[in-house]
Amino acid sequence: MLPDNLNIITLVSIGAHPTSGRARRAEQDARAVELGLRLAGDKLQVLHAGNPADEALRAYLGMGLSELTVLEQPSHGDALPLLNSYLKDAGAQLVLTGSQAETGEGSGMLPFLLAEQLGWPLVVGLAEVEKIENGMAQVLQALPRGQRRRLKVRLPFIACVDNAAPTARQSAFGPARRGQLQACEVAVVDDSLLVDAHFQPARPRPKRLKVIKAKTGAERMKAATAKAAGGGGQVLKDVSPQAGAEAIFKLLVEEGMLR
Amino acid sequence: MMLNTLLPILLFAALGLAVIGAGKRFLMWRRGRPAKVDWLGGLLAMPRRYLVDLHHVVERDKYMSKTHVATAGGFVLAAGLAILVHGFGLHSRILGYALLGACVLMFVGALFVAKRRLDPPARLSKGPWMRLPKSLLMFAVSFFIATLPVAGILPEGFGGWMLAVLLAVGVAWGVSELFFGMTWGGPMKHAFAGALHLAWHRRSERFGGGRSTGLKALNLDDRTAPLGVEKPRDFTWNQLLGFDACVQCGKCEAVCPAFAAGQPLNPKKLIQDMVVGLAGGTDAKFAGSPYPGQAIGEHSGAPHLPIVNLNGKALVDAETLWSCTTCRACVEECPMMIEHVDAIVDMRRHLTLEKGATPNKGAEVLDNLIATDNPGGFAPGGRLNWAADLNLPLMSEKKSVDVLFWVGDGAFDMRNQRTLRAFVKVLKAANVDFAVLGLEERDSGDVARRLGDEATFQTLAKRNIASMSQYQFNKIVSCDPHSFHVLKNEYGELGGHYQVLHHSTYMDELISADKLNLGQHKGGSVTYHDPCYLGRYNGEYEAPRAVLKAIGIEVREMERSGFRSRCCGGGGGAPITDIPGKQRIPDMRMVDIQETGAELVAVGCPQCTAMLEGVVEPRPQIKDIAELVADVLLEAPAPAKKPVPTKPEALEVH
Ligand code: SF4
Ligand code: SF4
Repeated sequence: MLPDNLNIITLVSIGAHPTSGRARRAEQDARAVELGLRLAGDKLQVLHAGNPADEALRAYLGMGLSELTVLEQPSHGDALPLLNSYLKDAGAQLVLTGSQAETGEGSGMLPFLLAEQLGWPLVVGLAEVEKIENGMAQVLQALPRGQRRRLKVRLPFIACVDNAAPTARQSAFGPARRGQLQACEVAVVDDSLLVDAHFQPARPRPKRLKVIKAKTGAERMKAATAKAAGGGGQVLKDVSPQAGAEAIFKLLVEEGMLR
Repeated sequence: MMLNTLLPILLFAALGLAVIGAGKRFLMWRRGRPAKVDWLGGLLAMPRRYLVDLHHVVERDKYMSKTHVATAGGFVLAAGLAILVHGFGLHSRILGYALLGACVLMFVGALFVAKRRLDPPARLSKGPWMRLPKSLLMFAVSFFIATLPVAGILPEGFGGWMLAVLLAVGVAWGVSELFFGMTWGGPMKHAFAGALHLAWHRRSERFGGGRSTGLKALNLDDRTAPLGVEKPRDFTWNQLLGFDACVQCGKCEAVCPAFAAGQPLNPKKLIQDMVVGLAGGTDAKFAGSPYPGQAIGEHSGAPHLPIVNLNGKALVDAETLWSCTTCRACVEECPMMIEHVDAIVDMRRHLTLEKGATPNKGAEVLDNLIATDNPGGFAPGGRLNWAADLNLPLMSEKKSVDVLFWVGDGAFDMRNQRTLRAFVKVLKAANVDFAVLGLEERDSGDVARRLGDEATFQTLAKRNIASMSQYQFNKIVSCDPHSFHVLKNEYGELGGHYQVLHHSTYMDELISADKLNLGQHKGGSVTYHDPCYLGRYNGEYEAPRAVLKAIGIEVREMERSGFRSRCCGGGGGAPITDIPGKQRIPDMRMVDIQETGAELVAVGCPQCTAMLEGVVEPRPQIKDIAELVADVLLEAPAPAKKPVPTKPEALEVH
């Protein structure tokens, strides 16, 4: 259900292993590559902005890519403008990314900023692309607790994947060694944020203590599997668009999101 | 006289065909990749290898060895003499009598072959193999009768043309099977290919009582060399020759734990599939036990076609290759000294290095090894946490010691930590000058290598070798037979040469040198489970038993012990690839253990410990030899100043 000439580009970054911190392919980015490979096979293009000599990039090649394009830039460069212009010129129709990088800022903002600058729609939590027809894609978006939402999106668009997307295939030594890292010279743009900001180690987020009052195993099971009870919400069904919008507006004002 | 013209024609025609067949077969093997062999030296050494080394293995089955000596010896003699007497017409009486004797010897041998075939065990192949004893008998009888006139026992021309025709038919049958059947793919092929396989064996060190068990390294610097074996012709040519030598005796099948567990592997079928691959065709003619759960006749291959098709059927399914625990029981039993494990790992290498198709947890484990130097993905900084309170001397501080204690990845496993702590206790009690590498130690690369990831193995090995090269030590001691084997036998090719001991061997030395003050083991009866990588891979069967004896344990041996020990199922990454079967290998081993009635099984390997402790209770307890020794250490009574346990604060437990 996919057009032959679909132009898919996956953006990848350098990851870091959670326990050793060693450079590796980033987990979510690898899933984005996996999704891309399933959709476009060997026509998938993979793009990275950074150092083309970085060996960790070979782990993506090991998934069976013959080449990976690297927009060459130093670590203090801003990837956003480079990606923006590259994607525009490349005529990309679907851009896949992870949700959040494992190294660098890791703010998770890149897909949003890119979508904003390109003026494209953004789908977060992409789990599956079901079909693409007549310039429209039908995709499944992952929601908490294994739920899925079916969306129709107009091409071109950006989608970021999280851990709901299929696991990345194994990276194999042979293709990793054979694949080409194609360096692309581009005009480097300094990241203005990095100029006056500095990195510091993250403090682990405090975990909410879970007080289990259950006396029996069955109760414990219930406590572990129960849905978080929101309580305050309100389900609107069969209301007019006007009434729905008003309800949302009212809530946003109440929550202080809009003033 | 009709026979006098007919026999030479038959003999030389058969010989001629045999030579043509031999040439064809030789070219088939040579389709494989080049291998360095000692052409002439190998050929010269071959008779000795055949008569001594091979016989040594066959000798384990007395019936078969006697049968084989009579049949094969009789045949070789009879064939040689028949060529002289009937081929070249040297009608001397002495030669005649000698030929008669050879025929009788062969006949007697063939009778025993026929007897075994009356109700053949499942491990033997049927099909053409059922015909072989008849052909042998026919050869012996025909030449016997045809030679009677030569010896002067019967008059020339006895029996007239009727007998002459009968004899001609008999001789024709006999020489077809035994001369050109040998090189055209009949059952007798094993003799021809076997002899040359022995001559140009890829592990010639195995002959003359030697041992060669380390996997051979891939040359990763050579970008043109294939990464493992994809097609039959990616094997080296002498590996192909080795497959062709298989006599389909099924000794390997009978001992294979994966086969017994109902996993889709039968080492004999695997070797025969490789023969199908090297010659081209399907497995439909295979007349032995199939891979459990798979039908025969659905797989086919050719020298230039991939062996495994991940999306369908080719010559062999990937699960077959991943079922193997690399226990080496098949290699140990194989009378033709075929190297099954090498072949399996070669094919795994292709699947992992080229296809990225290591099944189940394989990919995750390999990723962890790459990123954290241990298969569990634990933070590398925690490698010494198990010994936080032991004050272990570090190599980086001591620089030079007698014993480098190789801890292994068991450091991350709570069960194995008990073994490690017990062994440290023993080392300290014996005042051994030892140290550990601590955070400079990495996984030995054993699992990566056996999962086919030669690249990760070599990276880990080289980093370990670099760590160790900074320090001085006399020997390495490890509680893990896998690390032990890899360090001892597989690091050499990458430049790391060490004296490596298993902890049981080292404790045996300590005990012999009176360095340990030991009491006697109290508690029930004990059996001992030989780890594959200690026993079959390294020939250490005695030291663990000696240590157990020293602490007053009389081992109740299992039926399958020593070189026949059955694998626990934990080797070769098998628990990681986890190919389903009908039962689990450790459960079968536990039955072996329970048959001895022992209440405790002594082990010497973290994998065996984990696999056997994974068997549901009730079952015998499992203890490492180090724990058993540590338990009976007699220490100079320490000042009994136990801290009074502080009363725990009242906790509300929900
Ligand atoms: S090494 Fe062991 S598991 Fe593998 S084929 Fe041989 S006997 Fe079977
Ligand atoms: S591989 Fe060896 S043990 Fe197995 S059937 Fe062939 S000759 Fe016998």
